[in-house]
Amino acid sequence: MSILAVMEQRGGSWNRMSFETLAAAQQLARELGVTASAAVLGQGIEGLANELASKQLQKVYAVEHDLLKDYTPDAYTIAVRQLLALSKPLLVLFPHTYQVRDYLPKLATSLGRVAVSDVVAHRVDGGQVVLVRQLFQGKVNADVRLAGDAPHFASLQAGAYRADQVGEGTAPLEKFVPQIAAHELRTRPLEFFRESQRAVDLGAAELIVAVGRGIKEPENIALVQKLAEAMGAELAASRPICDAGWLPMERQVGSSGQTVAPKMYMAIGISGAIQHLVGMKGSRVVVAINKDPNAPIFEVADYGIVGDLFQVVPELTEAFRKAK
Amino acid sequence: MKIVVAIKQVPARDSQLRIAPSGQWIEDADLTYEINEPDAYALEEGLQLKEKHGGEVVALSAGPARAASTIREALAKGADRAIHIEEEDLGDPLAGARVMAAAVKAESPDLVLTGLQSDDLGYGQTGVILAELLGLPHATLIMHVEKQEGGIRVKRELEDGWFQHVEMPLPALLTIQSGISKLRYATLMGIKKAKTKEIKRLTAADLGVAAAASGIAIDRIYLPERTKRTQLFEGNPKEAAAKLVEKLRFEARIL
Repeated sequence: MSILAVMEQRGGSWNRMSFETLAAAQQLARELGVTASAAVLGQGIEGLANELASKQLQKVYAVEHDLLKDYTPDAYTIAVRQLLALSKPLLVLFPHTYQVRDYLPKLATSLGRVAVSDVVAHRVDGGQVVLVRQLFQGKVNADVRLAGDAPHFASLQAGAYRADQVGEGTAPLEKFVPQIAAHELRTRPLEFFRESQRAVDLGAAELIVAVGRGIKEPENIALVQKLAEAMGAELAASRPICDAGWLPMERQVGSSGQTVAPKMYMAIGISGAIQHLVGMKGSRVVVAINKDPNAPIFEVADYGIVGDLFQVVPELTEAFRKAK
Repeated sequence: MKIVVAIKQVPARDSQLRIAPSGQWIEDADLTYEINEPDAYALEEGLQLKEKHGGEVVALSAGPARAASTIREALAKGADRAIHIEEEDLGDPLAGARVMAAAVKAESPDLVLTGLQSDDLGYGQTGVILAELLGLPHATLIMHVEKQEGGIRVKRELEDGWFQHVEMPLPALLTIQSGISKLRYATLMGIKKAKTKEIKRLTAADLGVAAAASGIAIDRIYLPERTKRTQLFEGNPKEAAAKLVEKLRFEARIL
């Protein structure tokens, strides 16, 4: 019995979150007294597989096929399912990436299972694995117990485990060629692309004031704009603000927008869903202003004011003007 | 194009959540509810596709009796009719999707749309599970849908500002990302019309779907413990603001 980490690569480059998943697999294996293995899927992935063979693992599977060159949910589901029939793991771990979100539920469903998605922690309780995942945009946690027959499936939230804790060693490498036919692939993936050049480089800003859903109406954004001006800060926003067209997409911070690490990040009316936190938690000082004391943003904030932003922000603007 | 849009009613985003004594769910007595935001975008995309290509939009919702208000809102925005699978608790996403799949199958739509995830449970799986149960090709996190010869071409969002185009035949299932377009409001005329539109009410039993084990069980839910020590400034807004600025100047030294 083992824990299998399914690594993610695109065009021969790792998605770095994969190594967090690898570390989690090793840790869980130790705690359960079982072994950890890892798999990488694609075409021409020998180099990546060799890299995995230098980790402390029972086995490394190089799942190689021409039809795995470009990701499709059909080919990946078929390939992983065949690998599971061969390797019979207890638990299969994935990084919670956009790609995994695209095919893991399909894979689990085809085996009559529910994948536990977006896991932030775990514990072993009476020989069973209990996974912690978040509900309500990170405001509530749930303990989910894995019961019944293997395999079980889980995807791990970015940053939940530490990639630098992957144990080194040597592992035998096994090449696995799945049976996939071209007609089984119903979707046709085309080119990757980015939208027009970003005019605003939030990554270079030293101070950022970011506004979220708490601002309620587009005309209220001027309030936060004034604060940003008083501080000499760049104005940014969480996704819903840009979705609504209240600020341009290029000012969006988060998993689908820009990743920033300024000297100070001030989050105003942003509750702090994980998609936002991954884009700013590397900031040196985080300040949060929110009316909900349970908002997850306070989990990463160094300083905070629990209060009504419509009262707090004008006072802050005034205080910063005076301080200059 | 016949389009089924799956929508879910969830607690309003700014709800102050408290855990129920059972430890299994939140206190729901005083909550207000709204449409799950990504589902609102899925509905909007369905309505726009219908306006461009003709056809029908069927809103599908599984949930307790209160979900009727969200269904009526979808009808007022322009959905042609609705199916309400009236169940208190559908359990995990696979169990919920099994019931919805039975209802969708009976409609044999060209396109099934869902939001990419729910704001309450947040599994982000219902759409993809539905696709697998229905045997449909799918794509997730969709930011644009274009009908073309023999199927559709969609724009899929990836991490860090990247996108990818994907083509597939119809019928298909898409999970829609928030922000795909601008949401419409229901008009007075729409609200009036909605009253005459059909809402078919069904239960899981009507659809012939029985519960099945899926290998996971929720032990309990709870508010996360704070591990970070945040310095909080209280008092009136003026004092709190002054204290914060002082700390930022003299302790954090960022000004």
